[in-house]
Amino acid sequence: MAGRQLFSRSRRLVLSAGMGMAAGVLQLRPVAAAELPADLLAAMQVFAQGAAVREGRVVLEIAELVDNGNAVPVRVAIDGGAPATAPVVAMALFNERNPQREVVVAQFGVLSGRPEFSTRIRLATSQKLVAMARLQDGSCWFRSVDVIVTLAACIEGES
Amino acid sequence: MARTRISLQGDPVRGVPMEIRTLIAHPMETGYRPGADGKVLARNLIRRFRCSFDDGARTQLVFAAELFPATAANPYIAFHFTPPGNGTLRFVWEGDQGFAQTETLAVRVA
Repeated sequence: MAGRQLFSRSRRLVLSAGMGMAAGVLQLRPVAAAELPADLLAAMQVFAQGAAVREGRVVLEIAELVDNGNAVPVRVAIDGGAPATAPVVAMALFNERNPQREVVVAQFGVLSGRPEFSTRIRLATSQKLVAMARLQDGSCWFRSVDVIVTLAACIEGES
Repeated sequence: MARTRISLQGDPVRGVPMEIRTLIAHPMETGYRPGADGKVLARNLIRRFRCSFDDGARTQLVFAAELFPATAANPYIAFHFTPPGNGTLRFVWEGDQGFAQTETLAVRVA
């Protein structure tokens, strides 16, 4: 009997430990700047030119589930347009797990008129993407998105 | 010369932002992929794109972009342009192995 009691107590311990771990993982889900990989953060800080990088304002439109990583349509824009007092000077797109962190770095001239661009990118695998915008007042904003890629680009050779 | 396609979405109106879509035929070889012989293929990328507007008196920047290996083959770039008046749009793509291409497009505002 004593052995049986011991067994059930340890089983309860294991279960409660497992639930605690699950709760911890759930709390980690929203991606803060501090949780991005170091090399990605380094590339973002080069673009920020020393400014503090804050989350928000930027819109990053991409399919969450990507069938073909060889050409993925993506659009980067500003939520509600740029403030008239501080137009967007530059925007950039970064990735987490392609061979190079940078994807596109765009610069807007006086005749642009709307801070947004669209392009098609390659994705090597399921990963995080980061879109950034640098405003004329020097402030920097970013948005991070997770994408799942089923057919990877970059890895296979010429067929 | 690579094939390009440039399209203005709608008729240009003075002071009203309009979308410009550009496409250029280019392999955008990353320099990371092995070829059929197992050797890594030499990098061949378009590195820079630039669109500027010349109204006869001066040239002003509309949009410029630096492209990296993660840009898909046959780079498609769409952005906005606010015509200040009549003039010429100039599109320049530059890249590895001496690649350079320029296209121009006359703009007549309504």
